[in-house]
Amino acid sequence: MCTMICEQSEIAGSGKGTDGWFPLKRVNVSYDHPFNAPWEYGVNIDFVNPEIGMGARVAVELSPHSAKQLADTIISALKKGEADPQIKVSVL
Amino acid sequence: MYTTDQFEGMIAETITVKGHGGNAINTYFARPEGPGPFPSVVVIHHLPGWDELYREFTRRLAHHGYLAISPDLYCREGKGTPEDVAAAVRADGGVADEQVMGDLQGAADYVLSLPTSNGKVGVFGTCSGGRHAFLAGCLLNVFDAVVECWGGNVIMDNEQLTEKQPVSPNKYTGKLSAPLLGLFGDLDQSPTPEQVNQHEKELKAAGKNIEFHRYPEAGHGFLYYDRPIYHQSSAVDGWEKMFKFFSRHLS
Repeated sequence: MCTMICEQSEIAGSGKGTDGWFPLKRVNVSYDHPFNAPWEYGVNIDFVNPEIGMGARVAVELSPHSAKQLADTIISALKKGEADPQIKVSVL
Repeated sequence: MYTTDQFEGMIAETITVKGHGGNAINTYFARPEGPGPFPSVVVIHHLPGWDELYREFTRRLAHHGYLAISPDLYCREGKGTPEDVAAAVRADGGVADEQVMGDLQGAADYVLSLPTSNGKVGVFGTCSGGRHAFLAGCLLNVFDAVVECWGGNVIMDNEQLTEKQPVSPNKYTGKLSAPLLGLFGDLDQSPTPEQVNQHEKELKAAGKNIEFHRYPEAGHGFLYYDRPIYHQSSAVDGWEKMFKFFSRHLS
């Protein structure tokens, strides 16, 4: 492991892997070597469910700039959705 | 020196050996056909796991006349594709240095026990495996030659230390018990050129037998032909230096 930087969080949701949809339990966000993206270091996001097995993983590898854009985009969408009085969120 | 009239043959397969704590671990073992005696090399895979690239590295060493054995350092995590297993290990904070040392000792003991062994064994690794190779040269009294390729985190700050990696490897510099070849790219970010300089300075101050080579146009992982970071001339020269170094110390 070259940076050892990995943040984790428990999450709820669904991810689509090679065998179809599965329930997500955790997200692992590392700043380390990607497997496929062309740069030496990047932000690697794994949506996983360890209870199902190692293959229950939806992987995304982003450049640091793209990862910041994604974080901002998520926050922006959340703000709009949470401000909409017609949307009743059933699960938080 | 290979000539076209030579017989050539190789056996490469997955075998199980005793690793840390007496656990059975998977290894990929490639060796030349014939009675030997052959020198050996323990091949330490990198962060992305026990993958196809490392199988090829292992076979390449066998092709050059070595009993080459590559333990799956992640095998206790479970089974899956190399990437899925490596992703789980990454999320888990890596593998413990103590466990890795036990697995490397087990792999070395296995090859040395073979009737085809010449009694000498080297160790080679890149990236996290380069760090492990240096650690093994310091902590295990079994290796006759160490090749450390751009070991990341050989020099660690206190904030980087964890339960699994409790000591910065450079603290063990004085214990290095074998000649060391270090290959580094000047464009690497881990280790940085400054860290490589410090590493070399500490080894020289300890009076160790070392040979450091820096490639000005190479970054991290310049041997990885399947990545954009591959650097052809550095990779060719690096392999050549590695084979000469192993030949000198393991024959």
